[in-house]
Amino acid sequence: MPTKIEKDSISGQLTTGHEWDGIKELNRPLPKWWVYIFVATVIWSGVYFVLYPSIPGISGYFHGLLGYSTRDTVEADVAAVVKQRSVYMDRIAALPYDAIRRDRQLLAVAETAGRIVFADNCQPCHGAGGGGSPGFPALAAGNWLWGGKLADIETSIVFGIRGGHDNARQSAMPRFGVDAMLKPDEIQAVADHVMVLYGKSTVGSPAGAKIFAENCVACHGDAGQGNREVGGPRLASRTHLNADDRATVVGQIANPRMGVMPHWNTRLDQATIKSLTLYVHALGGGE
Amino acid sequence: MFIKHETIEKNAFLLLVFTLLTIAVGGIVEVIPLFTIETTVEHVKGVRPYSPLESRGRDIYVREGCYVCHSQQVRALRDEVERYGHYSIAAESMFDHPFQWGSKRIGPDLARVGGKYSSDWHYAHLMNAQSVVPESLMPHYAFLAQTPLDTGDLVRRIKAQRMVGVPYTDDQVANAAADLKAQADPAADNAALLRRYPKAVTVPGDGRSVTELDALVAYLQVLGTMVNFADPANEKPRQ
Ligand code: HEC
Ligand code: HEC
Ligand code: HEC
Repeated sequence: MPTKIEKDSISGQLTTGHEWDGIKELNRPLPKWWVYIFVATVIWSGVYFVLYPSIPGISGYFHGLLGYSTRDTVEADVAAVVKQRSVYMDRIAALPYDAIRRDRQLLAVAETAGRIVFADNCQPCHGAGGGGSPGFPALAAGNWLWGGKLADIETSIVFGIRGGHDNARQSAMPRFGVDAMLKPDEIQAVADHVMVLYGKSTVGSPAGAKIFAENCVACHGDAGQGNREVGGPRLASRTHLNADDRATVVGQIANPRMGVMPHWNTRLDQATIKSLTLYVHALGGGE
Repeated sequence: MFIKHETIEKNAFLLLVFTLLTIAVGGIVEVIPLFTIETTVEHVKGVRPYSPLESRGRDIYVREGCYVCHSQQVRALRDEVERYGHYSIAAESMFDHPFQWGSKRIGPDLARVGGKYSSDWHYAHLMNAQSVVPESLMPHYAFLAQTPLDTGDLVRRIKAQRMVGVPYTDDQVANAAADLKAQADPAADNAALLRRYPKAVTVPGDGRSVTELDALVAYLQVLGTMVNFADPANEKPRQ
């Protein structure tokens, strides 16, 4: 029930002028500064609403008077940085490798760009600095599967290896065990021979050497020196693609695992791939 | 004022009616934009429902809480576009219920991880991340390779997705089990699978039983690959 607005005798404040069952309420208005800020935010939201994209319509949405779009912004940002880098990157894309390597400044830029892109895209498989890990070849060791010349490295990167691209490097080691091309004891014998090639054993196996000569030399070379035409690894070596214990070797002969590397021509542009190639080449194994 | 405040406060019925009206205004403001969502989420070529194996892999992804450390959203910022590729667009997670955008990046964003690595690498990495990335702090998920994928409710799961608007066709529902098997077996003929689910990546698996790891890898391998951003017909979906 409305009553008179009156002064409360205890607190000295005015009441609101309402009374409920004899209880009256003091009038404690919000602080002025609070009210002003509140009103200001309401006005600001109106301004924001008009300036920036805010509300969907029947077709499309209201773009705001400023026409702001994160997509345009990011495109402009990317274009700006590409332009900034183009001083070097355009030349890297256009020049042949020889010319880039003669220009020491350009080479430094390419190798730096290569190092950064490598860390992001290649390191998870090939390890830091191209050190490699079982199943993912070392790129710094000089023991190439497909080739260590600049052009070879570039082809490996651009089209990948067994990664599904039409131009990808392809080859498959026969499944000597699974497809019963060799009997289990023959596999053991040839594995003995491989362990000699690996330098991990001195007890060879004449039978194994014969089986090797009959079945393996096409891809691994008569002395186990490898065959880059088909990405057949050099077996007469201390560094290997897979682990170098005997069980892994037997497994590889019985049911080979074939390494897959994705192709990068859709993810990376030409200048970046060339930079990467130069970086990989300079890791220590380049030919 | 037309009606005195006091009148409303003293009349329970009026109070009810006006409270409802007030709340309704708030509701309408929230709901109406959803009716026009068709006009705000652009449609792009290539986005398709997940294949049965990918979809189950996604369930594993959610169950294992991969989103706690990984986002799936390349933001429209220069650094991100340079590192991960084209920024994500809403249509790419159109069939995700719920979407896996995430908000925490202890590991890298995964929105475009499909095709970046070989399936071999994913198996090795998920079973023991440190074996390939020594400095990684990602946990090991080797048990997924030991756990057979539960496919008992496969069709029901797909139908449930259909109920919330994922456009699985009858053909896709009927062949769900076959498609799932075909995608986990490199020796299988996957022409029908690829017709129903273009770009589906066949995972190596062990050929005997389909494991949860197979499903997870199939899911990871499709992330971000559905839309071909190099295709000019998809150029610049304006939003
Ligand atoms: C998913 C893992 C993976 C990623 C990522 C990867 N590679 Fe590879 N790469 C491989 C595997 C596996 C091989 C060996 C393929 C084989 O067995 O023939 C290989 C082979 C190569 C070769 C050929 C080596 C030789 O001995 O001939 C080069 C060069 C190479 N990679 C460079 C790169 C570069 C540069 C990147 C980054 C853009 C990269 N790789 C990313 C897995 C990967
Ligand atoms: C058609 C070609 C081909 C034939 C024939 C072949 N291999 Fe291979 N082999 C390969 C290729 C290619 C690889 C590399 C696998 C990869 O890239 O993952 C390989 C890998 C290996 C490896 C692992 C090498 C490493 O560095 O870890 C061993 C060991 C091996 N082969 C042994 C044999 C033996 C023994 C035979 C004969 C019984 C044989 N291979 C016949 C192509 C062949
Ligand atoms: C504790 C946090 C954490 C969790 C949980 C986690 N990850 Fe990771 N993940 C990482 C980190 C850190 C990296 C980067 C280092 C590496 O490559 O291992 C990573 C890397 C990755 C990568 C490689 C990404 C790239 O582009 O290099 C993939 C794929 C991945 N994780 C998938 C998963 C999946 C699938 C799950 C769930 C089963 C998962 N992660 C759970 C932390 C995590």
